[in-house]
Amino acid sequence: MAANSGVYRYQLGATSYRFNSLADLMAKASPLRSGDQLAGLAAETAEERVVAQMCLAEVPLKRFLNEALVPYDSDEVTRLIIDEHDTNAFAPISHLCVGDFRDWLLSDVAGPKMLSQVRRGITPEMAAAVSKIMRNQDLILVAKKCRVKTAFRSTIGLTGHLSTRLQPNHPTDDLSGIAASILDGLLYANGDAVIGINPATDNVAQSCRLLHMMNELIENYAIPTQSCVLTHVTNTLEAIENNAPVDLVFQSIGGTQATNESFGFNLSTLAEAQQAALSLKRGTVGNNVMYFETGQGSALSANAHYGVDQQTCEARAYAVARHFDPLLVNTVVGFIGPEYLYDGKQITRAGLEDHFCGKLLGLPMGCDVCYTNHAEADQNDMDTLLTLLSVAGCSFIMGIPGSDDIMLNYQTTSFHDAMYVRRVLELRPAPEFEQWLQDSEILLNDKFHLNAAVPQRFSPEISRLENK
Amino acid sequence: MSGIENYKKCTGVVTENPWASLRKFTNARIALGRAGVSLPTKHLLDFQLAHARAKDAVYSPLSLDSLLPQFAKQAWPSPPLVLHSRAQNRAQYLQRPDYGRRLDGESRRQIQAHMSQHPDTRSADLAIVIADGLSATGIMKNAAIFLEYLGLLLKDSQPSWSLAPLCIVQQGRVAAGDEVAELLQAKCLLMLIGERPGLSSPDSMGAYLTWAPKVGVSDAQRNCISNIRAEGIQWRDAAAKAFYLLTEARHRELSGVALKDRSVNGLTEIEGGSVGIPQSI
Repeated sequence: MAANSGVYRYQLGATSYRFNSLADLMAKASPLRSGDQLAGLAAETAEERVVAQMCLAEVPLKRFLNEALVPYDSDEVTRLIIDEHDTNAFAPISHLCVGDFRDWLLSDVAGPKMLSQVRRGITPEMAAAVSKIMRNQDLILVAKKCRVKTAFRSTIGLTGHLSTRLQPNHPTDDLSGIAASILDGLLYANGDAVIGINPATDNVAQSCRLLHMMNELIENYAIPTQSCVLTHVTNTLEAIENNAPVDLVFQSIGGTQATNESFGFNLSTLAEAQQAALSLKRGTVGNNVMYFETGQGSALSANAHYGVDQQTCEARAYAVARHFDPLLVNTVVGFIGPEYLYDGKQITRAGLEDHFCGKLLGLPMGCDVCYTNHAEADQNDMDTLLTLLSVAGCSFIMGIPGSDDIMLNYQTTSFHDAMYVRRVLELRPAPEFEQWLQDSEILLNDKFHLNAAVPQRFSPEISRLENK
Repeated sequence: MSGIENYKKCTGVVTENPWASLRKFTNARIALGRAGVSLPTKHLLDFQLAHARAKDAVYSPLSLDSLLPQFAKQAWPSPPLVLHSRAQNRAQYLQRPDYGRRLDGESRRQIQAHMSQHPDTRSADLAIVIADGLSATGIMKNAAIFLEYLGLLLKDSQPSWSLAPLCIVQQGRVAAGDEVAELLQAKCLLMLIGERPGLSSPDSMGAYLTWAPKVGVSDAQRNCISNIRAEGIQWRDAAAKAFYLLTEARHRELSGVALKDRSVNGLTEIEGGSVGIPQSI
């Protein structure tokens, strides 16, 4: 297999453009973002970018099977992508070049059923390539046609539904503080994707403490949701060995083996953890036990990008995710900072690209619609991305008290934001969770109005906490 | 404060949440109530104010006019050297971390000139470098008072600590200190830097210790004390912790993971802050 060997040329009028490799062509065709500039991969001019897109549009999809962007021999993610490629699934689109692939995706031929059929024939590089020549509305339209359903104690990804991860982080992992945020979220109808804590103290003992606490709450109130402590996969494995009530295994993942090594795991680590979590048989309506987080820029940050642009690296991470049948995949789009995505415009574009690529590849894609204080972004940018993603059929978003993560020091979507977008787009929580919200008298019968009073069954918990 | 207190609440349209008492357990923005399903005006503006302060902290420059006189009162071997990274302005600093990690040519020459004029400050035990980082506010509010406490501890220490001239790097990231300390030929670096502002903490300072600093050392070779500010780790406590780390680093001639491993129990007792190996800087 020829890796990065081909030179691409494009003649535009009297000017001849040259791109040194497929990776170079992909990078130069990427909509502008600071991370590719930082890596020295971005197009030098606006014209060069569009010429690269024109050139990329003529590249046959088959080329991506024969020309690896990251060497096959030294990267297990490339091997996963190539070895698991499904030729039969690829057949309906195997004759297309990237530009035709865009037209095909937008056409009425590519309905939900057809998109499910071809999904295993699409590689991350094909998805990334076509996304580079799609406008935001294209990314929204095609993503909305992709159906991806996963389940554990609730069902995620049904058409017309939007779930939330309840994120009750606390800077010292104070159990009462965490419980207060969880209650706040539940009473705002959030938490159907997962109740997921980023622990401040990242070790096995702490993870077990948090797991037991959430498990007790979920059991006491019979909440059809799952819990997760977002600690390293090896910590979760140990927690399982210690008989902690683990629902989901979490791991941050990247699109190259070297990125994942910098995160301290490889594919066999994930396989072992998935088997361990499956053996607990804690799911009631499904067996998707993995929760992955990703984000453009992680490969560059780990100095493990092989000259591949950050959006293509991100799409490659989805091949890793896809292999382990996750319940949830979350692109944490604005967390990494302005050196990778500079402003609201770049964050918005990246969020839509990630959601599209993930959905096209068959992942239960959610998005942490977020920003840090040193990025050129604000709440209005988040409102825009949240609304666009919800129109696109995003599987889940974050829910946090008042948009303010007091542990990770960044801003993400609030419990209120989820209620806003459910109301304007008539999106509903996961069906099992919605039933529970109604049985618990948190939601009123019309499904989009909250009870003005505290439902009776939660009063004891609030009193118990208050009196601590 | 703001005009928020003057905002007159119209009764009847905002649904209050009766669990506001749970705020005693967390600074999270719980029990905000709602107008329909949306954020009530009071809390909307409250959030905007916090974000505005954090943004201002990111973009406010170091005020040398008020910073330098504070150090003049302290016992430093010579006036501070004022240096600049290769990042020419804030926008470039934010997009090009590699520029913020290196000194510009003029700053290198300045240090070299100082070294030839003051050969006695060569090979000092400790170089202290201050950089604005992502919050000049964090430096303006915390650096001088922290150094006053640390200075007292260093003065009484046996064996004594020889000090390189204090250096201030504008538009600097943590690694900029490595180049400064290498040029100064210092054995150890203590880097004070303004931390990424959070909504409730626009004014936080971090301290990074690096033994045998030179350009290109990895972040795993550093120890970090973060959240140094009035509402976080108190200056006196932070100085004591930094002094403890400095003493250990000099004794064992190392810093980073190996140093943390042995002393982790002593280090995690600090309230309201964290001490350890930085994740990403």
